Amino acid sequence: MAKQKLVVVGNGMAGARAVEEVLARGGADMFDIFMFGDEPYGNYNRILLSNVLSGAQDTEEIFLNPLSWYAENGITLHAGARVTDIDRYAKVVIADNGVREHYDRLLIATGSRAFMPPIKGLHGADGSLKPGVFGFRTIDDCNGMIAASAPGRKAVVIGGGLLGLEAARGLMNHGCEVHVVHLAGHLMEQQLDFTGGTILKSGMERMGIAVHLQKSTTEILGEGRVTGLAFKDGTTLDCDLLVVAAGIRPNAEIGHRAGLTVERAIVVDDHMRSVDDRTIYVVGECAQHRGRVYGLVAPLWDQAKVFADHLTGRNIDAAYHGSKLATKLKVMGVELASMGLTETQEERDELVQFVEPKRGIYKKLIVRDGRLVGGILMGDIGKAAYLMQAFDRDSPLPEERLSLLFDIGAPSQKVTIDEMPADAQVCNCNGVTKAAIGTCIAGGAKTTKAVMGATRAGMGCGSCKGLMNEVVAWFLGGAVEEDPSVHYYVPCIPLKKPELVAEVRARNLRSVSAVFRELAGGVEDAQSKPALASLLSVVWRGDYIPEADARFINERAHANIQKDGTFSVVPPMAGGATTPAELRRIAEVAEKYNVPMVKVTGGQRIDLLGVKKEDLPKVWADLGTHSGYAYGKTYRTCKSCVGTDFCRFGLGDSMKLAAQIEDRFKGIDSPHKMKLATTGCPRNCAEALIKDVGAVAIGDGKWEIYVGGAGGSHVRKGDLLCTVGSHEEVLLYAGRFMQLYREEAKYKERTYTWVERVGIERVRAIVMEDSEGIAARLDAAMQESVDAFIDPWKQIIEKGMDRADAAMTATVGSGA
Amino acid sequence: MSAEIPIARLSDIPPGEGRNFKVEGRCIAIFHTRSGQVFATQPDCPHKGGPLADGLTGGTTIVCPLHERSWDLATGRPVADSDRPLTIYPVRAAADGTLLVGLPAVTSTPA
Repeated sequence: MAKQKLVVVGNGMAGARAVEEVLARGGADMFDIFMFGDEPYGNYNRILLSNVLSGAQDTEEIFLNPLSWYAENGITLHAGARVTDIDRYAKVVIADNGVREHYDRLLIATGSRAFMPPIKGLHGADGSLKPGVFGFRTIDDCNGMIAASAPGRKAVVIGGGLLGLEAARGLMNHGCEVHVVHLAGHLMEQQLDFTGGTILKSGMERMGIAVHLQKSTTEILGEGRVTGLAFKDGTTLDCDLLVVAAGIRPNAEIGHRAGLTVERAIVVDDHMRSVDDRTIYVVGECAQHRGRVYGLVAPLWDQAKVFADHLTGRNIDAAYHGSKLATKLKVMGVELASMGLTETQEERDELVQFVEPKRGIYKKLIVRDGRLVGGILMGDIGKAAYLMQAFDRDSPLPEERLSLLFDIGAPSQKVTIDEMPADAQVCNCNGVTKAAIGTCIAGGAKTTKAVMGATRAGMGCGSCKGLMNEVVAWFLGGAVEEDPSVHYYVPCIPLKKPELVAEVRARNLRSVSAVFRELAGGVEDAQSKPALASLLSVVWRGDYIPEADARFINERAHANIQKDGTFSVVPPMAGGATTPAELRRIAEVAEKYNVPMVKVTGGQRIDLLGVKKEDLPKVWADLGTHSGYAYGKTYRTCKSCVGTDFCRFGLGDSMKLAAQIEDRFKGIDSPHKMKLATTGCPRNCAEALIKDVGAVAIGDGKWEIYVGGAGGSHVRKGDLLCTVGSHEEVLLYAGRFMQLYREEAKYKERTYTWVERVGIERVRAIVMEDSEGIAARLDAAMQESVDAFIDPWKQIIEKGMDRADAAMTATVGSGA
Repeated sequence: MSAEIPIARLSDIPPGEGRNFKVEGRCIAIFHTRSGQVFATQPDCPHKGGPLADGLTGGTTIVCPLHERSWDLATGRPVADSDRPLTIYPVRAAADGTLLVGLPAVTSTPA
């Protein structure tokens, strides 16, 4: 098929980034690409213009793609050509220099321009800005300002927003006497509240910048060249140069002329396509999506990806859902982070704040329904990374609000990635340092997954994965590419879990080998096998074809493999309750098979460690119990405190409840292990608050059920799911919760990660209020799994081990 | 190559799994892949001595059960450059299903 023509109007950060995303998706084979830019340069990082102005960087350094990049990628660039019209019927764009270009697909990325308020005297007789007056938007603006500034000159900046303050800083570096004139009552009112703005103002004044608030400029003075400003209050201010940084306006006129719907900017759908023309896409500051126009760069990255996915057909369902705005920056030496709201809006909004004006420290958070909806951090932004992530992901906040503002107790261990020394270990399991990750990225890795594959970082206990992501993102400077396979249930089949489940059902796939044959082109992937086996077991309950080779050795041997190739055997012991007879039997088994170590586990059971593989069936037979399932991605055990039988504080019969839980859920397989606990009073001796599911007796026969707790590589207090009035209800709701987790969570995703990912509100709504109408189905599915319980120990005792396994003595492990 | 030694029958090893066998005083691991191929390697993982026969196979890849290091069964080459290669042995299933292994060792060449 002949290539189509993609024409891009606009060669700024948006246009160039969008083209890069298209190229990354193999777009060069699908499209001949033509770009128009009205500046006579390749594209540059406009955000860094303030560094050029302040002298921190040369213009050369801020170019993103030099002119050679266009040639190398087969892109035709019309630099210095402004597109004036689009003939949508002929599918042709027309530039002011007469160039006409036909398109099959058009991208409008014209960005925005500095807003020039209608002030008398701003423009000269010829309609251009009066000499000495500048916008702050382009390299030419910057060069003009640098040429006009000199030590002793007096510079005024209209606009106390982010851009205006950047301009002020730059002019100060050139030795100018700088005044900032702002219409509003405090600086940076988009990002800061009054208190924050006031602290910033004092900081600026300390540095020698004069700030004039609530000043409305009525006239720019000077004949031929600017000499000063006149204000509404009758005062005036002299100046040698004037910078207008009063905001930006989208360059949407081209959309108007082409007959596209334009409100504040060109209106687009979720695919970043004009709502009027399926062949025209719009990204960046000239696009209006769901009523919002963005002036920051982060939303642009997301928009460019959606555009490229959709244009190239990589994902025609790709949709942009809007961005939540959070920024971290340094203004005038003051570090600040801002996200979302700056003031409370509703009665239920919770305000958490701390002010220490003397040191310029101000922290303010706005919490709604346990989620962060707004925040300002100034002076000390140590918690910014955490808070911005919580804001972006809408994740639940810890109950103790103080910990949101400060790291309490332990010395702050969270250094920023900038401060982190190169030899600091990021992954402790595999000994991977920050420097090693950097080397890997320098070698071409572009995704967290690629780095993990090459360095093994994050592949041990997994507790460093968050930090890994941050370090990778830091090295890539925000250009981290997301590997689509991270969303797949297994990397070798391009389907998310619900899609995979649907395919498995539709095609009636009942074995792991059948799944590989039908959905993975017959190519087996070793690491995907256990994940698929787990999924089939949940989908088909007992009714699937088990294939031992698809199971990890623990679930093949029904025991936990140890470092020397021997196994550990853990008989069940619900609630940690045992009897003298049982202890005697365990002791006899330990002696008979020369078990080298007998140890009490964290789950209140007894572990026989160092059992040879060929002895396993005999050990099980002599123990005379069913499998304790201490080895699988399954329900493990339920620990308990003494409860009401002996404890003088006991409020509920935690021992009995633990036994009921164990009896019902034993052997239930799941995406990862599930460790439970019951405790007879809120003293929580059995640590039910940090379990996957924990029940706490609170008196009057009532139990609180906590879910998603963790006390291992990650520590998290469980979320309260509900309070119920009987053991039966505990079994019902705990079972429903576990079934939802079994069906929805990714393989090896613990409940605490899953609950945080989907949100306790949603889990609670489904489990307690049946918000999706699936409660009865979940209960029935869990019941089927309960009924399908088989004791694997008994099965093997009866059937015997296979010949080769039974004959081979464990000579392995000592080395050959 | 020395003479082939019969060690077991193909049916002794379930498809997709591995088993250890003693041959002339040494232990070797034999793998029977789902596609019906057989491979023989040293039994212990070069990383920390894990029992490779208890690992997971996928195609011709073996993943050690202890720390998830991987090798190619056909060549002995590690998937990650940082690991040492596996010693491999020639092995085949005769027409009657008898597994025949050739000793002494053929050491793979590192990549």
